Amino acid sequence: MSTSQKPVLDVRDLNISYSQGDERPTVVHGVSFTVEPGEVVALVGESGSGKTSTAQAVIGLLAENGRVESGSILLNGEDISRWSARRLRSIRGAVVSLVPQDPGSSLNPVLTIGAQVREILEIHGRLDRREADRKVIELLANVGLSQPELRIRQYPHELSGGMKQRVLIAIAIALRPALIIADEPTSALDVTVQRRILDLIDDLRREHGTSVLLVTHDLGVAADRSDRIIVLQGGRIQEQGRTVDVLASPQSAYTRKLLSDAPSLAAAKPRPPVEPGRPAALTISNLVQDFSLPTAKNFRAVDNISFSVARGTTHAVVGESGSGKTTTIRSIAGFQKPTSGEIRIGDLDVASLRSEALRQFRRKVQLVYQNPWASLDPRQTVQAIVEEPLLNFDPLPRAEREARVRAIIERVGLPATVLSRLPHALSGGQRQRVAIARALVLEPEVVVLDEAVSALDVTVQAQILDLLAELQRDLGLTYVFVSHDLAVVRQIADTVSVLHNGRQVDYGTVEDVFSSASTAYTRELIDAIPGQKFPRAELSRQP
Amino acid sequence: MTSLDTFVHLTTTTTAESSSRSDNRRDVLSILRNFPYGLALAWLVLALVLLWATVPWVFTGHDPLQGTPGGQLKAPSALHILGTDSLGRDLFARIVYGAVHSLSGAIAAVGVGLVVGSGLGLIAGSVRGRVDEALMRLVDVLLSIPTLLLSLSIIILLGFGTLNAAIAVGATAIAGFARLMRSEVVRVRNAEFVEAAFGSGGTFGKVLWRHILPNSLTSVVAYTAVQFGWAILQISTLGFLGYGAPPPTPEWGLLIAEGRNYLATAWWLTAAPGLIVVAVVLSANRISQSIGRNSR
Repeated sequence: MSTSQKPVLDVRDLNISYSQGDERPTVVHGVSFTVEPGEVVALVGESGSGKTSTAQAVIGLLAENGRVESGSILLNGEDISRWSARRLRSIRGAVVSLVPQDPGSSLNPVLTIGAQVREILEIHGRLDRREADRKVIELLANVGLSQPELRIRQYPHELSGGMKQRVLIAIAIALRPALIIADEPTSALDVTVQRRILDLIDDLRREHGTSVLLVTHDLGVAADRSDRIIVLQGGRIQEQGRTVDVLASPQSAYTRKLLSDAPSLAAAKPRPPVEPGRPAALTISNLVQDFSLPTAKNFRAVDNISFSVARGTTHAVVGESGSGKTTTIRSIAGFQKPTSGEIRIGDLDVASLRSEALRQFRRKVQLVYQNPWASLDPRQTVQAIVEEPLLNFDPLPRAEREARVRAIIERVGLPATVLSRLPHALSGGQRQRVAIARALVLEPEVVVLDEAVSALDVTVQAQILDLLAELQRDLGLTYVFVSHDLAVVRQIADTVSVLHNGRQVDYGTVEDVFSSASTAYTRELIDAIPGQKFPRAELSRQP
Repeated sequence: MTSLDTFVHLTTTTTAESSSRSDNRRDVLSILRNFPYGLALAWLVLALVLLWATVPWVFTGHDPLQGTPGGQLKAPSALHILGTDSLGRDLFARIVYGAVHSLSGAIAAVGVGLVVGSGLGLIAGSVRGRVDEALMRLVDVLLSIPTLLLSLSIIILLGFGTLNAAIAVGATAIAGFARLMRSEVVRVRNAEFVEAAFGSGGTFGKVLWRHILPNSLTSVVAYTAVQFGWAILQISTLGFLGYGAPPPTPEWGLLIAEGRNYLATAWWLTAAPGLIVVAVVLSANRISQSIGRNSR
């Protein structure tokens, strides 16, 4: 990387606003940064920080109601911020290209992979069919897709998420652009796939000398992959500098907070070991769950899983998508009958319960969902949401119900004023607190947390994790914590099961599994946690 | 305001609205510009018709059933705003007094469709399985019969009359309501908050009442408004064909039917009630559209 060259991208004093009804709030305030040739610059921030708006402005793809108010975007020395859509089209793909966030929805489902990669070659130059096909195969081979001759005739639904993201990267690099904008390129992917995709972007950058603007919320990814880092908050740059420097000695308080909240970077405070001899709150033995497929063949989603969770401890169930973790916990919560095996909670066998007994059993096990935007009824007030479980069981006098709702809302750290509000008037973190309050109001023994912090920003995630730890300490709760994020697991769990294709490949205390994993798969999962390049000694978590 | 005035108003306001849309750029008068004139007019039309139905004597001094001898087929004048019919009865009075028949018929028809249809849809969508299959195939059968044929058959089974006409029209609306309600219920049923409600110990009935029903009703309400306009049209059709209210009831469809013999000499006898029906149907659709838009 030579500094004598002029930068590929030079953003100066950029202001972006969006129209909302009669107002026009500014969401990006005076952002300036540069991207040098061959450099990876990470744009880091939480939701609403303006990182995506900034990236969209660079490629001229702001939403309909968005507008660049002032400032300039110099791409190879030319200001593109005032260009017409027509002129912008000529540089998209050729000079600057985009790797979109969600590979699942970014490919046209009715066109073959070959046609979609060929499209960009056809738009920007005339190639005859055979030559284009050869180029497409070459590109697909370049991004590490196996059997590219076969892939060009396949449709997106025949490919996995990681393969689709490779196709999108192939499209992005097809014309050798000077700058690739990668907008959260791996946040929808499993951690091992994420690692391979990021490796691929890295390799391609080294080969072609392309610059990369990496937009991400994951500080671990930014730490591992970028040369420089730009921290955004509320549309303003909080800090920018070389990644090594920013991580070693963050200047702004916000960066320090982000770093200490990021589970992948912060030093995990070792949890006190669980004293042996605690009674088991939950025991699963030889759980098998089959689903019948229309082809009359049964699909075994969960195959012979056994574990037990001691009262007052946290057991993590870890695995990638399709590993059977969601199926396992849905069986625990009594939403489906296991094909065989036993699930014991206290002295009850969940599998044997029928309608009314099953309903009564729900007082003992409660589930908290991943997405607090979907798990709360949009038409109920917070009061009604939290009160509802109480109405389902022995009738309590109204005054006592209200008192209990108030108490639990206070317990999860929300002000009493939220009680009369509807869910859409709350932030994501507040909503998840309401969901936790709803789960706890029945005073359950076991709380199943299904990716309960995955949809939240890193600082909010840290607060919710602290809240969960505090509630466990005070109320003696037993948690089953489902997650794909091993960094979070290391921080909160006592014991862990690693699932792979429906089987339990590792089981034991977090200490043991992390330090001496017995299978290669677990090893790979642990190695794929981003942010490991950096020593985390000096960053201790502030509760 | 006369019916003709109403319609003239409708057209002038819509043109005014579109012309004001063209000079959107001017920031002055932004409140005036954003005011939904069409929607306000739609509500006004329905309110007026509703008043006709409840207190008709406020609007006209003439008797809708008693004709003036020698005053047959008079053109509109100061005395008879919309003229008189072949028996010398004041047409405006007949339209005003007829509102109650057309409106109550339409409300009853929509009521039948709404209650039965969304009931079926709610059961089908929430129970699923065989019940769902059976109910929805029944609905398919209903949908496959032309609506007019279906309502005529039902009237022939039940006998003539305003109420029977309403039931007949309502029966044809059941299928649409059932389809819509089922699709909404299926959508809401798969939402996480519904599973969460079962997970916190809710019984099937309670979850249905507290979560599934309120969250699936919005588009059904919008559909009800459309169906209201459509039901007025259907009831008028049945009246026109002679299957609805018997003469001398001043039902709107019957008015149009009675007037058509004099189309060459007294065109206002068919035009006036026809335009009223058009205005009410358009208003109902406009209101439905606004409900649908707000829910999104």
